[in-house]
Amino acid sequence: MLRYIANRVALGLVSLLLLSMMIYAAAQVLPGNPGRLVLGREATAGAVEEFNRSLGVDRPLPVRYADWLSDAVRGDFGSNYTDGRPVTDDLIPALQKSLFLALFAFVICIPFSILAGVFAAMRRGRAEDRAITVTGLSLAVIPEFVLGAVLVTVFGPAFLGWFPGIAGTLFEASFLTKLDSLFLPALALALVLFGYIARMARAGTIEALDADYTRTATLKGLGRRQVLGRHVLRNALLPTIAVIATNMGYLFGGIVAIERLFGYPGVGFLTLQSATIKNFPMLQACVLIIGIVYFAATLAGDLLISALNPRIRLTRQG
Amino acid sequence: MSSLSGNVPELPVIVEGRVPAAQLDSPSRVRRDTLRQILRSPTFVIGALVTLFWVACALFGESIAPHDPIDESFEASYVSPSWDFPFGLDRNGRDIVSRVIVGSRSVLEVAPAASILGVVLGSLLGLVMGYFGGWVDNVIGRVIDAILAIPLIVLAILVLTALSASSEGISISPLKLIMVVGLAFTPIVARTVRSAVLVERDLDYVQAAKLRGERAPYIMLAEILPNVMGPIIVELTVRLGYAVFAVATLAFLGYGPQPPTPDWGLEIAEQYADVSLAWWAVVFPALAIASLVVAINLIADTVQQVLDQ
Repeated sequence: MLRYIANRVALGLVSLLLLSMMIYAAAQVLPGNPGRLVLGREATAGAVEEFNRSLGVDRPLPVRYADWLSDAVRGDFGSNYTDGRPVTDDLIPALQKSLFLALFAFVICIPFSILAGVFAAMRRGRAEDRAITVTGLSLAVIPEFVLGAVLVTVFGPAFLGWFPGIAGTLFEASFLTKLDSLFLPALALALVLFGYIARMARAGTIEALDADYTRTATLKGLGRRQVLGRHVLRNALLPTIAVIATNMGYLFGGIVAIERLFGYPGVGFLTLQSATIKNFPMLQACVLIIGIVYFAATLAGDLLISALNPRIRLTRQG
Repeated sequence: MSSLSGNVPELPVIVEGRVPAAQLDSPSRVRRDTLRQILRSPTFVIGALVTLFWVACALFGESIAPHDPIDESFEASYVSPSWDFPFGLDRNGRDIVSRVIVGSRSVLEVAPAASILGVVLGSLLGLVMGYFGGWVDNVIGRVIDAILAIPLIVLAILVLTALSASSEGISISPLKLIMVVGLAFTPIVARTVRSAVLVERDLDYVQAAKLRGERAPYIMLAEILPNVMGPIIVELTVRLGYAVFAVATLAFLGYGPQPPTPDWGLEIAEQYADVSLAWWAVVFPALAIASLVVAINLIADTVQQVLDQ
């Protein structure tokens, strides 16, 4: 088990290191000269050179990358081009806001999608199954901001007026107000996730229902409830955990558009904002943070599965 | 010896190595059957009809649209849907039904090309990874893992911003979008094709080609590629759906056509602030995106189900 964890973590770290190199290259090489970028076309060559020297970007790329990385692992992601403030000043609160929104979306989504998936599996091939599968499939492929826009139209001020269409400036508000203003963005994200999680829960349940141990449990006279609870669901939900973990990372793709739509100042909003003003230190830190969240979530999912599944826990022991 | 032969069941004798014609389907017949099965599926028909409708709008938008999509001279802004303007007028007083019809163009000129680019590059990469295996597969595999940790939209924002750093604002040409979205698709396509190639690699026909002394590119492209076309076609249809998803989202975020070009994602971004005043300016472009994405995915789903049988 320990060896499995060590292996898994090492593999994740290698990928993360590669990712940081690619992000750094994309953000530092492609744009060209940062001094020219910040000071504009009219600045003299001397001023541009001076600016670049003050940032340290006149040094060779590998040296700059090594510096940046050694700072980054200590929690210093550099400073804004624009005002020189450390990027973490804005990044950390934004990350907290995004994680809060993501968790809210999962809390809404997970119970419903697992219930729907298990229900569809038990009604396999019938109209209910077909309806759940097609709905999930369609919701999963519609862009988040489209679902968000439709939800706001229906539940927002235009018709029902149940929820606000803006989630922006309420972070100091009470917890309930916060939940109220975040409900629609979280629901839009949850609807997209619904398709993936329900599909996985359905497939896992079908596999478990068809397995020999389920037949044995039924034949030895256990009640339907006991067979489902103790034998089917336990095995059915393992693959679902992996999908939930992977989607935690992918959720951040949708979060950019949702935060833009609702004006919610999370990491997605910050990514877009720093891209618009071409503040590359902030942009690369945002992208890296999103990658770290993905790796952390998939790692947590894998470890949870191996802890729950004795076959993995025991066979990888030595 | 002779006493034993009585117990041996008689085997059918194949004359001159030929199997009776009825037992073997010719490849073209299999292909025809597959095609017929796909065309008969109601989900495919619905998906194809909706997709064709939007393709027609993209090709002949101006002649289908009842009004000029960028003409602001109708009435005041935000006129609710009426007989003359079925989807109403937007903030600038432009006819929304015309903007939705012509707006299909900017998505459909980028998404198919980007998917084809991604699938071609990804298939080549997947063939190389699966065929050579070993350290080639390992190194590329790690890079792919790293790239896939970043959601497509975030990756595209980073690269598109970096590419337009030297110009004022953000200028995104359709060609640039095709390149970036196509390249962003490459890793995931490569991963799918690689696992299909792994199954084929050790089969006899590949070994035979190696023993004949064929070169690696020939074996990959002429021997293995035709046998992994099924997953590649599925991948193409699935990617097309995601390409529309990605291009519409990027346009909404400002990485796409600029005003006053009619575009679904851009329209939602521009009109959303006043959604409580004029829901029609937001909802109709939103429904247009949803209908196209779902339609393409219905097609992809049918193709996948039939080819996976």
